[in-house]
Amino acid sequence: MRHVIRRFLFYVCAVWIAITLDFFIPRLAPGDPVAALVGKMSTKGYVTPQMQQTLAAMFGLNTHDPLWLQYFKYLGNLLHGNLGVSIQYFPTPVAALIQQDIGWSIMLGGVAVIISFTLGCLFGIITAWKRGSALDTFLSPAMNFLSAIPYFWLALFTLFIFAYTLNWFPLAGGYDAANLNPGWSFDFISSAIQYAFLPALTLVISSLAGWMLTMRNSMITTLSEDYVLMAKAKGLSEGRVMFRYAARNAVLPNITGFAIAIGAIVGGQLLTEMVFSYPGIGYALLQAVNQQDYAMVQGVFLIITLAVLGANFLADLLYAFLDPRVRVERSA
Amino acid sequence: MQIQEVPGKAGEPVASSLPVALLPGDTLQARILRVPLAIWRAMTSSPRVTVGSAIVGIFILVGLFGPFFAPYNPDATSNLFIASPSASHWLGTTVVGQDIFSQLIYGTRTSVFWGLGTGVLVTLLSVLVGMVGGYVGGVMDDVLTLLTNVSLVLPALPLAIVLAAYFPRGPLTISLVIVVTNWAWQARVLRSQTLSMRSREFVAAARASGERPWRIIFFEIFPNEIGLVVAGFVSTTIYVILTWAALEFLGLGDGTIPSWGGMLYWAQQAGALGGGLWWWFIPPGACIAILGAGLSLINFGIDEIADPRLRPERPKKLAKNRKAVA
Repeated sequence: MRHVIRRFLFYVCAVWIAITLDFFIPRLAPGDPVAALVGKMSTKGYVTPQMQQTLAAMFGLNTHDPLWLQYFKYLGNLLHGNLGVSIQYFPTPVAALIQQDIGWSIMLGGVAVIISFTLGCLFGIITAWKRGSALDTFLSPAMNFLSAIPYFWLALFTLFIFAYTLNWFPLAGGYDAANLNPGWSFDFISSAIQYAFLPALTLVISSLAGWMLTMRNSMITTLSEDYVLMAKAKGLSEGRVMFRYAARNAVLPNITGFAIAIGAIVGGQLLTEMVFSYPGIGYALLQAVNQQDYAMVQGVFLIITLAVLGANFLADLLYAFLDPRVRVERSA
Repeated sequence: MQIQEVPGKAGEPVASSLPVALLPGDTLQARILRVPLAIWRAMTSSPRVTVGSAIVGIFILVGLFGPFFAPYNPDATSNLFIASPSASHWLGTTVVGQDIFSQLIYGTRTSVFWGLGTGVLVTLLSVLVGMVGGYVGGVMDDVLTLLTNVSLVLPALPLAIVLAAYFPRGPLTISLVIVVTNWAWQARVLRSQTLSMRSREFVAAARASGERPWRIIFFEIFPNEIGLVVAGFVSTTIYVILTWAALEFLGLGDGTIPSWGGMLYWAQQAGALGGGLWWWFIPPGACIAILGAGLSLINFGIDEIADPRLRPERPKKLAKNRKAVA
């Protein structure tokens, strides 16, 4: 229990630091969001000084409040779920925009992480078990190479081959927006799957190696333990020793990684969504950066960070639950 | 080949990671000679490391001398738009007629040297934080450890994007952003290593002889962790190069300086993908992938030296070699 409380306090501290960073980065950096917005609006027509003042007031930038007061107002707004107003989709609130994008990211990332984790662990177990076999000597360096490929390039390459050259999959988007409306219809879901296939495939390919190599290394260490030798000596079947004895212990580091990967899903697969123009939260962050939509950038970063921190906390708890040694050591 | 060297190599990684300064009685020449020799031995110790070092070496040479041999000015436009690869333009041209091969060579210089330089900066910061925290202990260590752990759980890429978005565009910004978001992992590893080093006898001896803390940290303990630092530097640099390219690809770099990520950004902006201009976006990506693979080969080799259990088993060869030796 003491372990859990300590971890909890740590994450509270981390959340506070993240929120504070989110508050101070825009204020320390050169550049003026109101000026950016005025610049954007004046391409459509003249912006009067009164309008500028109103805008500044809307973003809370006109105040002569001291910094600490601004900080507490900002904290108060956060507690009410108020993330400010988007500049590019003025005057939609940032929270509404995030709500609309986050589902896409979670669906795409969730499926990809689960597939990749399962396959990676399986490959890792098998290559470690048959270490030095033809399969291992081929698969391990091949995976190593795959993980060294820059992800966004792999994505571009896949897009070029399967979407542009072969025309099997669409080039951009999350569903067939021209003909369908989002909803629980068969057409929409099958269209969404078709659009998500390539992004998910590239995500699986690029993350598979990490799961596999961690699993393989941890499995090799576990296989040299006495209890595995004992299990073999007892004449247990190969599969039983491999999965019930060795893999069960070796999978622990990967379980933590899995929980963290689940958290990272919410952050959206920034590069994936950029390359495939997929309507998730990562794509939203990029557009916000390019449009200098600072309120949106801050809001998205905050949501991503909170999700990641939450998942890390869960991973810590999960680890302590799965591996009693952690509990005993820490609380002793 | 590899197994043959194992008996002789048992003490070798230690020897190469042990500080030269700790071996008194050597002449100065022998000491100076020992460093390149140790590096050479480390480079040729396993085929993986040799291939990896060769790849990295070639990229460094191209970065250093390539621009002198580049056929065109990378920024110069011409009337030859979107030409596919030919004898005069080995990798074709862009939508405004720039020579892609020349851009790639100049880009190599930017990407490799900023990548390596940033890797060094990240390593320096993590050495400083990890070792000072681990050695000094107390409140200082508590604060640094908290900072390290918080920095570890904050998502690096989104934070890097947010920071890069607010500050002026340019290689220095990207470099600093990457340093700020990526130092923590190494710092944590070095801190725990320093903690265990602190209680060793040679440190106690140094303290008893009245050496100052910073001297103990950087001249007594640091040389013993050099292997760890090098391994960390290599894996950090892989990550730095990938992140660098990603940030530039997202349009957060300085678009006027030729670089691999920048080339990909412009290719994407010009719709190279939809237009089928494969010669524009494949080469820079391939360069990043090959350099990354070279670095990870080196790292794989370092891992094998550090943990013999990860070495490939080759029982047959071992038997043969033993006979030959006998």
